[in-house]
Amino acid sequence: MSTAVARQSSLPGVGLTMGLTLTWLSVIILIPLAGLFLKTLELSPGQFWEILTSRRTLNALKISFGLSFAAACVNLVMGTIIVWALVRYRFPGRRLFDAIVDIPFALPTAVAGVALTQLFAQKGWLGAPLAELGIKVAFTPIGIFIAMVFIGIPFVVRTVQPVLIDLDPEIEEAAASLGANRWHTVFRVILPSLIPALLTGFALAFARAVGEYGSVIFIAGNLPNVSEIAPLLIVIRLSEFRYADATAIAVIMLLASFLIILVVNRLQRWAQTRIPAH
Amino acid sequence: MTIEVKNIVKKFGAFTALDNVDLKVGKGELLALLGPSGSGKTTLLRIIAGLDWPDAGEVRIDGEDALGHGASERHVGFVFQHYALFRHMTVFENVAFGLRVQPRAIRKDEATIRARVKELLDLVQLDWLANRYPSQLSGGQRQRIALARALAIEPRILLLDEPFGALDAKVRKELRQWLRSLHSEIHVTSIFVTHDQEEALEVANRVVVMDKGRIEQIGTPGDVYDNPATAFVHGFIGESIVLPVEVTGGSVRLGGRPLNIAAGGAASGASKLFVRRHDMQIGPAGTGSLEGAVRHVRSFGPIQRAEIALSGGEGKTVIEIDAPRDRELQAGEIIGLQPRRYRIFAAQD
Amino acid sequence: MSTQSSFVTPATPLRAYASTADLAISPPSHREASDRARVVASPKDLRTEPAPVRFVIIALAVSFLTVFVVLPLVVVFASAFSKGISAYFAALAEPEALSAIRLTLLVAAISVTLNLVFGVVAAWAIAKFEFRGKTFLITLIDLPFSVSPVISGLVFVLLFGAQGYWGTWLQANNIHILFAVPGIALATIFVTFPFVARSLIPLMQEQGTQEEEAAISLGASGLQTFFRVTLPNIKWGLLYGVLLCNARAMGEFGAVSVVSGHIRGETNTMPLLVEILYNEYQFVASFAIASLLAMLALITLVVKTVLEQRLDEGQTPRDDPSDH
Repeated sequence: MSTAVARQSSLPGVGLTMGLTLTWLSVIILIPLAGLFLKTLELSPGQFWEILTSRRTLNALKISFGLSFAAACVNLVMGTIIVWALVRYRFPGRRLFDAIVDIPFALPTAVAGVALTQLFAQKGWLGAPLAELGIKVAFTPIGIFIAMVFIGIPFVVRTVQPVLIDLDPEIEEAAASLGANRWHTVFRVILPSLIPALLTGFALAFARAVGEYGSVIFIAGNLPNVSEIAPLLIVIRLSEFRYADATAIAVIMLLASFLIILVVNRLQRWAQTRIPAH
Repeated sequence: MTIEVKNIVKKFGAFTALDNVDLKVGKGELLALLGPSGSGKTTLLRIIAGLDWPDAGEVRIDGEDALGHGASERHVGFVFQHYALFRHMTVFENVAFGLRVQPRAIRKDEATIRARVKELLDLVQLDWLANRYPSQLSGGQRQRIALARALAIEPRILLLDEPFGALDAKVRKELRQWLRSLHSEIHVTSIFVTHDQEEALEVANRVVVMDKGRIEQIGTPGDVYDNPATAFVHGFIGESIVLPVEVTGGSVRLGGRPLNIAAGGAASGASKLFVRRHDMQIGPAGTGSLEGAVRHVRSFGPIQRAEIALSGGEGKTVIEIDAPRDRELQAGEIIGLQPRRYRIFAAQD
Repeated sequence: MSTQSSFVTPATPLRAYASTADLAISPPSHREASDRARVVASPKDLRTEPAPVRFVIIALAVSFLTVFVVLPLVVVFASAFSKGISAYFAALAEPEALSAIRLTLLVAAISVTLNLVFGVVAAWAIAKFEFRGKTFLITLIDLPFSVSPVISGLVFVLLFGAQGYWGTWLQANNIHILFAVPGIALATIFVTFPFVARSLIPLMQEQGTQEEEAAISLGASGLQTFFRVTLPNIKWGLLYGVLLCNARAMGEFGAVSVVSGHIRGETNTMPLLVEILYNEYQFVASFAIASLLAMLALITLVVKTVLEQRLDEGQTPRDDPSDH
């Protein structure tokens, strides 16, 4: 009978479900990703370095990371304004606009890509008036930037929105009762308490923009060194059967996204210690 | 049906939830597991039910090894603290569940199941709620439905985890009496867990007092109240005055002053004197082996509760006693005190 | 579109969003709390800004959303119908279009089914049992959200491609994974991997194990417990996960583009066909396919809103949160 005194759980299926989970996870996620890293190890550090520092790769990475950063900054500012309007004010169509924020999440990236291109092309609804002002958007880095802004906006809005909603009204009343004017209350009391959420939204938008492919490539123009993003360069290297080049760029991008996950997790922990659960 | 628990040890990481627990429960008993939170009482109950497994030890139900069987094969009725009613099922379907999931070979036909559920709902006097959902019931009603559901499988034993813990005081009192009369009606061997001593003493016919994963005392309610086996039991059950005393040979001293009481079998050394509030006899100053100044008196019902600062020592020791109202105490008055009934336990730590 | 505010996010959002695209999939909770806090700004309210400031902020928000989100959506339909309704339907009736629709449906069916089973199994393992490394396991499940779609496709090329680890063996045995349905399905499964599991885990964790324990103690088997007790409690969350998983599966472009090989009439899914037709300047045809995908997105958003309401209703606060 002492054999029965094993570690058992009250509910059945621990072994089976855990086994299936780990197996499926390994087959779909872990083995393929491990393959990527193994492939990189076939390169000598010198080769690896050479690929990464070649002019075209460097430029592609610069374009991807630089424009993503710029787009995330715009998302941060505009996202905050949108959240503020949606949460704090009542205006006609508020609920509709609240729903619309999710469209960049839901719309397939290829659809977004062709739509944005059509819109900003020289004869497009927005492209034509902009062209008259001498601004060319489609097939330039500005186009890439626009696409990145488009896909990043929900991240900031949906991260910050619930935090602003749950913000205790009493802290604002307290600030007002202590003699703060509205400007002080907003910039010294409310916005600082949104900082963890704002930074998380920023990081998520940035990460998404760096890896984005579908909504960017149509409008980008894809001129090497000028408007060629890193994910596209991976695809090009693959089509040239230069697997090593593709892999090296992929590994760098993957490491960057791991770094962002880490930062986001830290931000979340920070937010939790700052805001007491209620 | 009898339950036998032998040398059960259960650890959660570094924390020992049960430390070599032995327990025998006789046929038809209504037993209370009483203890503060973290004493291991719920863990013991879950181990008997098969919802947790011990690291070592034996559990026998009716002499048969239970650890070889999972919860679903033990035929143990378990009533959860928060009821755990199936929220998507009506009251009727909740009670019928145990009958519907039986293996096809022994499963009863629909008419029999309906009759049985009806019977159980009658038993808990809630047949009129059959078509409601759990969210539409009050706490007390949910509790009774949970009990009916557990009884539906004709359990060999019935286990209840803090059955009244989540209810308000008034409903609690009503359900206590109800559970007692229900038990005398169906007479199934039952164990319930509680941290409320009043509940344990009032409902159970035997009480198991637990602390830090060990059983401190097993006895009838009278036993554990009048003859506490350990300092913990004395302190946990009923209100006690606790005084630090020194036992030397046969004599007992408080702060150097001899108390006119027998040490009984108490060993020499630093000890604790336990006296029930109502077991402290009062008299004029000079009588009794203790003396103190009345600081504050509140009278209600048949008693007056007095706060008394004991003389001697640093004069900082303040005790609360319950005295009958035949002699009204005055604040500021000096009185003599003598323990009428008391117990002495060696002082640990 | 929907009349309700479409996306109400959890009260503790930062914990729920473990990674990049995770935002979209955490089922919402505590709507009541949010609505209570949404106080209408009355003129005397000290919690609001002067009217001109309010006007400017609303104007900025509305025009930004209109330009960046509404207009692209309108352009899709406007371009699709630019040559009239008959041209639109003619484009959709092209054999190439029909084959792309068929392939998209097939791939979505495969990947949703597999991820549905996996998601339920993984959520059971993670939510119902205590073990070390649980947070790490959840992070691994989330991983595909933070990987660029192109890389999601690339990893399978490295495994199964002509120069990949198993490429030679596969060729020798005449097994086609890359540039065929299995490769497209694998890449799609990879990118949609977290949806079902991630929408179930918080829900099942919140529901705890008591009802399952009660079922087991009443004599139910593991499967009976799952189908009669667990499944009814998680059905809306499950549908929510399946809905988002399906939307992504049908719309995935980057990962599929890398593994598909773009064989016309054979390995082109709808998003890939949108690309090809657009690059061939067949704008009406391209936008006709795109309009179907946009409809899918809009329907998904509407159904999502409905499911979120269901999930909120299911989360009636527990009557007693007291002690252990």
